Amino acid sequence: MMHHNREVARGDNFQKNGRIFLIVLFGVTIYASFCNLLVPDDSIFHVSTYTITLLGKYLCFALLALSVDVVWGYCGILSLGHGAFFALGGYTMGMYLMRQIGERGVYGHPILPDFMVFLNWKELPWFWYGFDSFGFAMLMTLVVPSVLAFVFGWLAFRSRVTGVYLSIITQAMTYALMLAFFRNEMGFGGNNGLTDFKDILGFDLQSDKTRVALFCLSAVALAMAYLLSQLILQSRYGRVVLAIRDAEPRTRSIGFKTENYKVSLFVYSAALAAIAGALYVPQVGIINPGEFSPLNSIEIVVWVSVGGRATLYGAVAGAVLVNYAKTKFTAEFPDEWLFALGALFVGTTVLLPKGLRGLFDGKQWRNLRRGVEKKIT
Amino acid sequence: MNHPWRNSSRLITFLVIYVFASLCLADEEFNVNVKQLAGAKLRALPVIVAKLESSGERALPLLRAMLDGALYYRKSDKRIVAAYRTGTGDFRLDDLLQGLDLKVASKREIKKIVVNNRLRGQIRKIIARITLTSKERVVRELAVDNMLNDLNKANIALLRAVRQSEKDGDILSKLDMAIALDDLKHNDSRQIRLAAIDIIDGRLQPVVLNTLNSLLDMDAEGTPVENDEEVRKRALAAREFIELKISFYEVLQRIFYGLSLGSILLLIATGLAITFGVMGVINMAHGELIMLGAYTAYVVQLLLPGSIEYSILVAIPLAFTVSGLCGILIERYVIRYLRGRPLETLLATFGISLILQQTVRSVFSPLNRQVISPSWLSGSLEINPVFSLTYNRLYILAFAIIVLLCLQLVLKKTKLGLQVRAVSQNRAMARSMGVRTERVDALTFGLGAGVAGVAGVALSQLTNVGPNLGQAYIVDSFMVVVFGGVGNLWGTMVGGFTLGIANKFLEPMTGPVLANIFVLIFIILFIQKRPSGLFPQRGRATE
Repeated sequence: MMHHNREVARGDNFQKNGRIFLIVLFGVTIYASFCNLLVPDDSIFHVSTYTITLLGKYLCFALLALSVDVVWGYCGILSLGHGAFFALGGYTMGMYLMRQIGERGVYGHPILPDFMVFLNWKELPWFWYGFDSFGFAMLMTLVVPSVLAFVFGWLAFRSRVTGVYLSIITQAMTYALMLAFFRNEMGFGGNNGLTDFKDILGFDLQSDKTRVALFCLSAVALAMAYLLSQLILQSRYGRVVLAIRDAEPRTRSIGFKTENYKVSLFVYSAALAAIAGALYVPQVGIINPGEFSPLNSIEIVVWVSVGGRATLYGAVAGAVLVNYAKTKFTAEFPDEWLFALGALFVGTTVLLPKGLRGLFDGKQWRNLRRGVEKKIT
Repeated sequence: MNHPWRNSSRLITFLVIYVFASLCLADEEFNVNVKQLAGAKLRALPVIVAKLESSGERALPLLRAMLDGALYYRKSDKRIVAAYRTGTGDFRLDDLLQGLDLKVASKREIKKIVVNNRLRGQIRKIIARITLTSKERVVRELAVDNMLNDLNKANIALLRAVRQSEKDGDILSKLDMAIALDDLKHNDSRQIRLAAIDIIDGRLQPVVLNTLNSLLDMDAEGTPVENDEEVRKRALAAREFIELKISFYEVLQRIFYGLSLGSILLLIATGLAITFGVMGVINMAHGELIMLGAYTAYVVQLLLPGSIEYSILVAIPLAFTVSGLCGILIERYVIRYLRGRPLETLLATFGISLILQQTVRSVFSPLNRQVISPSWLSGSLEINPVFSLTYNRLYILAFAIIVLLCLQLVLKKTKLGLQVRAVSQNRAMARSMGVRTERVDALTFGLGAGVAGVAGVALSQLTNVGPNLGQAYIVDSFMVVVFGGVGNLWGTMVGGFTLGIANKFLEPMTGPVLANIFVLIFIILFIQKRPSGLFPQRGRATE
């Protein structure tokens, strides 16, 4: 199937949508932060810290959805393993936060995190060294998932594994990582993961101000990633990426080294996912191997397809909408959420191949009208 | 004149009466002895217990209960019973003599017959003597096997005594082994010890290896336990031989476990080999179709509570139908609209899998359910002490191969199979030759789904049945199909068995989880090297 994307073809439209998106994002962030910190608790305009954290979480998911959209929507690489990059980013942040606990842990050990004391370990494993420094931890947030993405992508794209096969092996990758992280011997807290964090860079994680700051940071990260992705996809490089999505063999025979484009885009996308994970962990206060589960990765894809793939704002909107629905649903009818999610999968793919965005571009309505006319005549 | 017949008939009459009378007398004697137990002093018990021996196997349940400290008598009528504490604190009574159902009693209604250690020793000896001289071969063999684990002086003396009268070859050989082990430890004659090593050479019972090990050990002063050089040498050789044999059988055992895991992988992947391999449809709900099959087995068992033995045979065709119909519905209402868009198919079928999971969770509760195995599936075929094959795994291995063969037959020999292959190779051409492609699509998908259901029935015999059953296998089954080569049933078989055996051979080195991870990594790397699997399809059909 050939894809056409007018938004990308016409740069001005791309930029217009981007501007609207950024204005909305900016407005919501400022409004929510202001109403949380400055409006008194009893006012109806007050935004609770719970809501702030929830919004922050949604923004992290939006960034994650954006990262999947960049590879899936624009390059046709359906990754069912992006949850792994997200979780790895989360773990690097979690390791830093763990080291910050210091002597305040249950066992009060100055260096070893609680779970290591519990497992009777005597010294810190080598891969935990350096994580007491924030800078090093942030560097690792980018480096570890990027290296994994590079190795994986280099092996896969060079041998021309495409389509469904690629999806299945990315799923196998995150599944294998999940199994590995569930093991206590891995040294990442096993089943329970990393939790009980106290503070970040000296700021208390429970305080309203830190929460708002993390929320604002998430918004900034999302905005920057949005702009950067827009820039990349509009460039000459981005056009080759689109060409690869629509006709890889032709692009290759014109003379482009398609695997290099794919690997680099994959690494970029993995890094975005990792940043999302690193921002997510201090806000929710826990990271565990469940984040690697194949279901999580597939859910991300659904956010993107609900919003409409190949539009960056669609991915963001889809992530926020689906997660808002999830929050509401699981609170009201906890059992029915999977029904709703399943129906979303089937519904969007069968009825709304372009996602919700498709409802607004008029083409679907024209098709419907044509169908009605056919019936009458 | 005495007629010879008369004489003999008199004799027979006499014999019959004698036997009957002695039986009655024996019966009478046994009952009298048993009655004496009630309220007897501890001092008097050894005499009574000794008398019980003459009653042979009839006394066994009573003696065993006594050994376990579960022998009581009822205060009201001094009836001897075995009593077992129930969860509520009452005692469940078991009449050992007539098999009457005595129901429960409170603690106050019964009194325990107390035994001490000396008495226990005596009882053990009596039980051993009775079982060792039993008429049933199985009972005798079991008795000898039990005694092998506890070769004390008294037991050896018993075994030596029994050795004189035993006729059965297998039991004789075991008796000889037990005696040889004792000789090896305690006999002073070098000749006899050497002969003993010859007897135990190559035996795989753990006790043999233990005895040899302790023989070759050093004692506290650093001198060898066995002082004779020659005997030590022979013992060393014998130990090495036994260890070699054990490691050989361990490899066999591991291959069997590997084949068993492979057969499970094969079963779950066979259905996928049809839907994914032949039709090219990514069905992420495959695991849930397996789960539906497993739940069908569970429901059949609920509906036919009286016939656990056969319910599984009913469940197999039923599971095929249930999952198959479900598959046809999925094809008709979802997949049909997504033809040629594999990534969307993947997402939509994943949504279906979530819906199916939640449906099952709502209907049957999220708890795991157990499907009881029929008796012909439990137990194991013991080839020797270190190598045994469990029946359920053996049957599943056979079953997986049968399912695969049937499917191959359907694809190669039936009209439907011909059409399926035609459609998968060239849809437009098949259509123009008059094949109703839509119908063939639905039936093919139904076939694959039905096979998944059958796999579910087999799985229900190995694990508990729960809503997440399918999820655990979805990644594995895709791996098998992709590894074996898409669109190739033989490839799926080779893939399944290879991965199963590889997994089981890695396991002792790395542990089960790491083995699983290594296999996954291996497949990921393998796909990159050979993207179309072990046995790629050749010809024009492959792009």
